Amino acid sequence: MRAAFIRTLVELAEADSRINLVVGDLGFGVVEPFAARFPTRFINAGVAEQNMTGVAAGMALCGKIVFTYSIANFPTLRCLEQIRNDVCCHGAAVKIVSVGGGLGYGALGVSHHATEDIAVLRALPNMTVVAPGDPVEAELATRAIIDEPGPCYLRLGKSGEPRLHPANSRLDFRLGKALTVLEGDDLTLISTGTMLATAVQVAELLAGQGMQARVLSMHTVKPLDSEAVLAAARQTAAVVTLEEHSVIGGLGSAVAEVLAESDQFRVPFKRLGVPPVFTSLVGSQEYLKAAHGLSVEGILNSLGEFIWPRLGQRAFAAAL
Amino acid sequence: MPTNPETRRSLPWGAGSDRLYNMLNTSNLDECRALARRIRRHVVRMTHRAKSSHAGSSLSMADLLAVLYSRVLRVDPARPHWPDRDRFILSKGHAAAAAYAALAERGFFPVAALESFYQDGSALAGHITHTGVPGVDASTGSLGHGLGLACGMALAGRRDARPYRVFALLSDGECDEGSIWEALLFAAHEGLENLVAIVDYNKIQSLGRVEDVMPLEPFADKWRAFGWAVRETDGHDLEAISTALDAVPFAAGRPNCVIAHTVKGKGVSFMEDKLLWHYRPPDDQELRLALAELEAS
Repeated sequence: MRAAFIRTLVELAEADSRINLVVGDLGFGVVEPFAARFPTRFINAGVAEQNMTGVAAGMALCGKIVFTYSIANFPTLRCLEQIRNDVCCHGAAVKIVSVGGGLGYGALGVSHHATEDIAVLRALPNMTVVAPGDPVEAELATRAIIDEPGPCYLRLGKSGEPRLHPANSRLDFRLGKALTVLEGDDLTLISTGTMLATAVQVAELLAGQGMQARVLSMHTVKPLDSEAVLAAARQTAAVVTLEEHSVIGGLGSAVAEVLAESDQFRVPFKRLGVPPVFTSLVGSQEYLKAAHGLSVEGILNSLGEFIWPRLGQRAFAAAL
Repeated sequence: MPTNPETRRSLPWGAGSDRLYNMLNTSNLDECRALARRIRRHVVRMTHRAKSSHAGSSLSMADLLAVLYSRVLRVDPARPHWPDRDRFILSKGHAAAAAYAALAERGFFPVAALESFYQDGSALAGHITHTGVPGVDASTGSLGHGLGLACGMALAGRRDARPYRVFALLSDGECDEGSIWEALLFAAHEGLENLVAIVDYNKIQSLGRVEDVMPLEPFADKWRAFGWAVRETDGHDLEAISTALDAVPFAAGRPNCVIAHTVKGKGVSFMEDKLLWHYRPPDDQELRLALAELEAS
């Protein structure tokens, strides 16, 4: 995803001289093409994320579109108040990019697990929160947040995420509108960010057992596509959210808010995500995802534990 | 005022919108002194009426503001968003009363609007806020934010070959914030000679004297060691302030720092150099005394 991001950013910066990139001394092997092509629009602010964000806001208030870039929690939590006061309060055109959202830097330890960022940034006024599900979405999201005038947060995977959308699929990618990756009427899996590949795998396994799961890529967590959520609740028998993020405050919470405030639909619902604890486990992204029940097997187990019993045996006998 | 929903959150624009912009500030020192006195009068009235804190912090920088707004800043009340205006960031946002007073006196909005400071439905928040207030370039209030913002504005101006300068007014206490020193490193590395940091060094911070709470000395040497060109001045000597700010840029390729030695509460004898007046609003009697002193000054 980060390769798709930087490739797209370079392309867009060719046509739009307002675009600047400010990094917090990270991005080795990623940001060089931009720095080489646009040396006067590339700024390394050093290991100083508060100032990086303040500088970005100041530049944006003078007509620039400024991307800040770092990894994990550094461009978000480390400088949260600069984001709130300098960026959001002024509606500044600052686009915060974090690589390794979720457990992408798994073995590096909990300091590098970005598992509360969506919750925190979602709460900030004026902030748009985007977590693309594959490299195609990452490219389209990069374009979209430039067209969005205000502050945006772009949460990317680390690298090597599989392409899930066909290359020439001409996706109708719009901020705040979920993409339907797989059609289905039996239950809905709503995924954000890097969980999309896993969601598709789960749906394919369910399909093999005669169950059609709708898979929504909820690349924009804020503003949330509440229409797509309510349609899922109306048209399918259960709704499950999938995110590489704490179960507190992220996609699952956002969907729960919509469902809870709707008096039209009562639907079995489950949030699957990272439990709100600091794990003592050390391991890769896949290892930690599995430990938190976010592997394909873990998700199928959760469906068996929480969802199937609430739907009765009727439609899902084959899966039990 | 303004408290009805129609005018709420937005002050009338440019009271002097038909005035021609005057690029060269020609006000003489007497006019500048008169402006400083009016700012101080507004501050004691505003904090009295609002029962708000930070009278001392506002008074210590009144002379700095008077010089900036009468002799230094290239701004135009008729065009608050003029792209080539000098930017002014009040990083010590808690001293908003004085800044609003300076803006009103400069014609950005009617002086009468100052009466709404702190009041329900007003645009004039206790910490400086840009929303609906012509002439305010950025909202602050949490300390340590203004210099980074100013760096970004200065960098953008330089990259675009714009003529504007960026002035950030800092408190001494706020220099405890690590983010200030991040910005010092950055500004020197980028050689932002269109950036001017002014420190209102009134020697008193929130819970005591700076030298006791978190000493800054050798303060000027620290700025110099970080790569800035530094001038120290008496922050109540209008001519000295003016001379210092007229000399910007102080050195090629370096950001500029003016350390202004000031007295908290300056201009009202019973407020001067007293921690209490970081917090305490003047009561009716104190307001009368303060205004009488300012009239006589």
